Amino acid sequence: METFFFWLFSIGMILFGLGVILNRNAVASALCFAFTIVFMSALFVMLSAFFLAAVQILVTAGAVMVLFLFIIMLLDLTAMEHVPRQKVWMGCALVLGLGFIYIVARTLYATPGGSITADSTPLPLQTSDDTHQIGRLLFTTYVAPFEITSLIILVATIGVIVLCKQDEPRPPSPGEDATRKTPPVESKKETSLTR
Amino acid sequence: MEITLNHYLAVAATLFVIGLMGVIIRRNLLVIYMSLEMMLQAANLTLVAFSRFNHRIDGQVFVFFVITVAAAEVAVGLALIVALYRLKQTTQVQDLTTLKF
Repeated sequence: METFFFWLFSIGMILFGLGVILNRNAVASALCFAFTIVFMSALFVMLSAFFLAAVQILVTAGAVMVLFLFIIMLLDLTAMEHVPRQKVWMGCALVLGLGFIYIVARTLYATPGGSITADSTPLPLQTSDDTHQIGRLLFTTYVAPFEITSLIILVATIGVIVLCKQDEPRPPSPGEDATRKTPPVESKKETSLTR
Repeated sequence: MEITLNHYLAVAATLFVIGLMGVIIRRNLLVIYMSLEMMLQAANLTLVAFSRFNHRIDGQVFVFFVITVAAAEVAVGLALIVALYRLKQTTQVQDLTTLKF
């Protein structure tokens, strides 16, 4: 049963991952990515990482994908889908990908990971709750990285506000209003270039 | 057939390669960013698998940090893309060649 679900979730995840990079529509790519994350959360559940599965769905499939979809629809990218694909780059990607897969396969065959199964020893993770253990580790061993993460989020928030701040068009000074009238798009471009 | 650690590692490597190929073949900056995000998630899957099969939960704590930083990073990256779009009116990488040597 575990084998069946592993293959179901893995193949689903990989198919939706291919959907991300093969869809020409950016919105469809984003939806495929959300489904990839959902299947990955199912794999997390199979690895008895229940807390991370919930966090993955909430943060990545929920917040991050909504942000992506919001930006895609804000920028209105539907006009740019008809650019022809470049065969050279697809060949390069294929060669690089197959080479990487080959190296990984060689490494996996050389390591004893194939004999490590989940049931070889009794699990501490499966019996007790993983959320409890993660929380305990976060506030004892990893308390310094935890606090630094809060700083990172603060910096990211301020950075996003600074980056996205729309420059307000300057109110015309009394001497130049009638003679020189630039369209608003031009003035916005000019101010953002000079920043 | 028993599911071993190598199965999970192989699946994660496949997902990573898909993300890598997406970065190479796609021309839309947003889809490239999504592919980068997918590579990050593949690394997460590897970490969780190692954590499970080594019976240590530290890997899951690390994945927690990775998810948090990735969310912050997505916000900043999308803000950069929006700022770029305001400046250039495009998100296609072939139009952004100012720094090209």
